[in-house]
Amino acid sequence: MYLTKEEEKILDGDEGEVKERLFRLLVRLGDIYGADKMIPVGSVQVAGVSYKSISDPGIEFLEDMASKGAKVKVLAYLNPAGMDLEDWEKIGFPKDFAKNQLRIMNAFKNMGIVVTSTCTPYLAGNLPRFREHIAWSESSAVSFSNSVIGARTNREGGPSALAAAICGGTPNYGLHLWEKRQPNIKIKVDAELEFNADFGALGYFVGKQVKNKIPYFTRIENANTDQLKALGAAMAASGAVALYHVEGLTPEADLVEKNDLETMNVGKRELDETYEKLNSGKDPDVVILGCPHASLREISTLSDKLKNKHLKKPIWICTSRIMKEAADRMGFTEIIEKAGGYVVADTCMVVSPIEKMGYKTTGVNSGKAANYLPGFCKQEVVFANINKLIEAQL
Amino acid sequence: MKGRMISPGKIESVAIVSKEPIGFYGGIDIKTGIVIEKGHPLEGRSVKDKILVFPCGKGSTVGSYVIYGLQKNGVAPGGIINKETETIVATGVILAGIPCVDQIEIEKIKDGDIVLLDADNALVKIQKN
Repeated sequence: MYLTKEEEKILDGDEGEVKERLFRLLVRLGDIYGADKMIPVGSVQVAGVSYKSISDPGIEFLEDMASKGAKVKVLAYLNPAGMDLEDWEKIGFPKDFAKNQLRIMNAFKNMGIVVTSTCTPYLAGNLPRFREHIAWSESSAVSFSNSVIGARTNREGGPSALAAAICGGTPNYGLHLWEKRQPNIKIKVDAELEFNADFGALGYFVGKQVKNKIPYFTRIENANTDQLKALGAAMAASGAVALYHVEGLTPEADLVEKNDLETMNVGKRELDETYEKLNSGKDPDVVILGCPHASLREISTLSDKLKNKHLKKPIWICTSRIMKEAADRMGFTEIIEKAGGYVVADTCMVVSPIEKMGYKTTGVNSGKAANYLPGFCKQEVVFANINKLIEAQL
Repeated sequence: MKGRMISPGKIESVAIVSKEPIGFYGGIDIKTGIVIEKGHPLEGRSVKDKILVFPCGKGSTVGSYVIYGLQKNGVAPGGIINKETETIVATGVILAGIPCVDQIEIEKIKDGDIVLLDADNALVKIQKN
C-alpha cells in the first residue's frame, strides 16, 4: 500500500505510541485486502460500548488509549451502552454494572467521541452523504449507510473504526470501490410485507442464505426507512450482509450491474417458516421494541396504541437520547409510561444485562433481536409484529 | 495448502470445524470460550487452544473485541483458518496476536484433525486425520 511521507511518520511513532499502534492496524488491514492507499473518512461510528459486550479487557484497552492522549480527528459517534445513561437506577440496572459502564463512557468522551450511544447515528446527527467514504462499525448502521444512503464503508470492527477515527482515514478497499458494490444474487420477493417485523423476518431468512453476498431485491414495492432499517439489521445479524440494493427504492439500485444474476425466490412460506423458527417462547415477561433504535415514527406508533391502556407486562422501546427528547415533548413518553412501559434511551435489549434483571422470555418485533437474544441474553423469544405483541398484553 | 496470512504466528493443534459462519459476539462466551449461539453446529463446545476452522465471520462488529477478550481471558482459539476472513475477525486476531490464515479449502479439514498452522508462511498442513 502506498503511504505518504506524513503517514510514514505516523508509523515511525512521530505522533505518539497510540496513533502508531492504531495506524499499524489500518495499514495491516490495507495490505491484507489489497488497498492501494489510505483515504480520508467523513465520519466514524464506533461499536463495542456496552460493558456486557467488551468486559474488562475492553475497558483496559480503551482506558489505556485515553490515558495516553488519543483524540479523534473526525466526527465520531458511539454505539448503545449497556444501560440508560440517565435513568439506569429507575429502570433497575445493576449498580456494579453501571460503575463499569460509566468508566467506558468516560474513556470514549476523553478521546473526543460524541457519547450519543445509538445504533442509528443517521437519525441522531451523524448523517453521511451519497458516495461519502466513512468508517463505520455497528452492523445495522453499516448496512443502512451503504444501502439506504449510498455512503461507502466496510464492516469495520469496533477497534478498526476507532483507529479510523483517531487517524482520520481508512484503507481504500472493499465497499469503498464501485466495482465491489455490485450485487451477486437476486432476491425475488413474492410476499406481502406489512409490518416492520415482516421485513425483519425477510432479512433474517435472506441473511442466513446469502451469508456475505450483496443481494439485489426485486418486487418490494414500498418500504419506509424504518422498514429498510429492520431488513438490513436482520440480514447483518443472521449473515454478514453489509450492502443490499432494492429495485426502485435504494440509490444505487439503478446504477449497478444486475443482469445474469443467480435468483432466489422468497415467498410467504419462507417467511412463515422464519417466524416459526425464531419463536422459542410463549408468554413474554417483557416486550422490547427498538432494535435497531426506534425512530420517532415508531415511538409515536406505540404511543397511539397504548393511549389509555394498561399493560400486563412492561414494554420497553429503545431509542437514542435525541429521539427520546422529541418523544418527551410530544407527550409520547408520558402515554407509554402511564400504560406501564418505558422509553429507554442509550441502550438496547441485546447489550443490556436483561438476563440479570429477572427476565426469561422477551417479545420482540426485530429479526436482529430475535437472532441475538437466545445466545447472548439467554432469553426465550416471542417474535411477532407490534400488534400481536401489544394485544397479548392488554 | 497455501493461503493468505492475516495474522502471523505458528501453532499445531486439534481442529474444531464449523461449516457455518461464526459471529463471535453473542456466538462465543468471552469468559469461557464456549460456543453459545443456539442451534450453531458447535454449540456447547470450547474453542480454547484449538484451531478454529470456519468459512467466514458473520454478525456484530463487536466481534473483534470478543476475540481480543477471549485471548486476554486465556480461552481464545490457538489459531484460526477461514475460507475468507473479513475485517471484524482480521482486526480481532491482529490485536490479539492469534495466528490466522485465509483462502484455504477448509472442506479438506475435518473436525478432530491435527493441523499445523504456519501463518508466517501462510501454510496449513493436516498432520493426522
